[in-house]
Amino acid sequence: MGYFIGLIVVLGALWLGLSGIYTPLLLILATISILLCLILAARLETVDREGAPYARAPQIIRYWCWLIVEIFKANWPVIKACVSANRDINPALVKVKTQCESDLAKTIFANSITLTPGTVTIEVEGNKLLVHALYEEDATPESFAEMDERSRRSVDRRATDGNEQVSA
Amino acid sequence: MIGAAAIALIVAIALMMIRALSGPTLYDRVLAMNSLGTKIVLFIGVLGFVLGRPDFLDVSVLYALINFVSTIAILKFFRYRSFQVPLMRRTPARRPAEGGEGD
Amino acid sequence: MTEVLDIIMAVKPVLGALLCLVGGILAIIGTVGVLRFPDFYTRLHAASITDTSAATLTILGMVLLAPSWLIVFKLAAIWLFLFLSGPTGSHALANAAHTAGLQPVIGRLRGRVDSSGEEPS
Repeated sequence: MGYFIGLIVVLGALWLGLSGIYTPLLLILATISILLCLILAARLETVDREGAPYARAPQIIRYWCWLIVEIFKANWPVIKACVSANRDINPALVKVKTQCESDLAKTIFANSITLTPGTVTIEVEGNKLLVHALYEEDATPESFAEMDERSRRSVDRRATDGNEQVSA
Repeated sequence: MIGAAAIALIVAIALMMIRALSGPTLYDRVLAMNSLGTKIVLFIGVLGFVLGRPDFLDVSVLYALINFVSTIAILKFFRYRSFQVPLMRRTPARRPAEGGEGD
Repeated sequence: MTEVLDIIMAVKPVLGALLCLVGGILAIIGTVGVLRFPDFYTRLHAASITDTSAATLTILGMVLLAPSWLIVFKLAAIWLFLFLSGPTGSHALANAAHTAGLQPVIGRLRGRVDSSGEEPS
């Protein structure tokens, strides 16, 4: 039930922010469209911990702030490789092991790797990720360890708490 | 100066079009179209500010949504040669666990 | 106090336009990378510059130019969606290419300036 309330709040905020016209008729239409979205989401069975992960918003926002700094740091080598006269690149395929347990944490970790310029996740199998890197020397398993640990902490540990609260 | 930003984005779009037309593999073309879409989203937004009508951003939001869906649709079509295939098959073991969680 | 506010108001549009321009230049750099890199997987890295830093800087510049909070909200929605869909699309592309059997070029490429449109075998 908490997931439905989170979804209603987010959809309402999205509608209010995108519309800008607040007459009674349009507010009624907004309510109808939000209800329609909820019914469709319930029929698709997507309103669960993955479909509405708003309970751990503070942790995820903190993780994003750290991630954006990392992305901007990782941009420099790729920009240099793009404009340098001799293409000094060293592409490689690397296997990375992750400690993330839930699918959501794995998704966030894999997407963070892809979002960082210079590394792209090609395949996810169990707890192993196949990563294509632009520079082999930058893509050591140690360089992914911190991101792995942070994405696991931002989702998994709190996730168990959230499930206990909901079931209780 | 904001006009210069719009011109820079147009140049980027034109250059990316070269890759979309000459890409040796299908995936190069899809990548070029996806990246082109991101640039067009940014360009429509900047164009709104150049013309003094930031309402263009609504178009921009819609373009971002359609761009993502079209990329996935093209990839799915060329993988299965059909749209009538479920993209994600849920394993039977997960279904009762999710049902129990939701209640 | 009002003087400080005036200075901020005077600097804001210039800074916003400058950030938009830097974002556009980064988009060009990413495109040049896409045109120059030797195979599909390396082009994916160049395209992610556009998806991340160019989009962030351009949208940040537009936020500084925005006349109302509604515009800022729309820009934030665009930014959030680009950041969620960009890596998903890249991963779908890479995974589709890998499943189809497209082999990446491995190893140092320094000085080997072959035609960038060459298909890796």
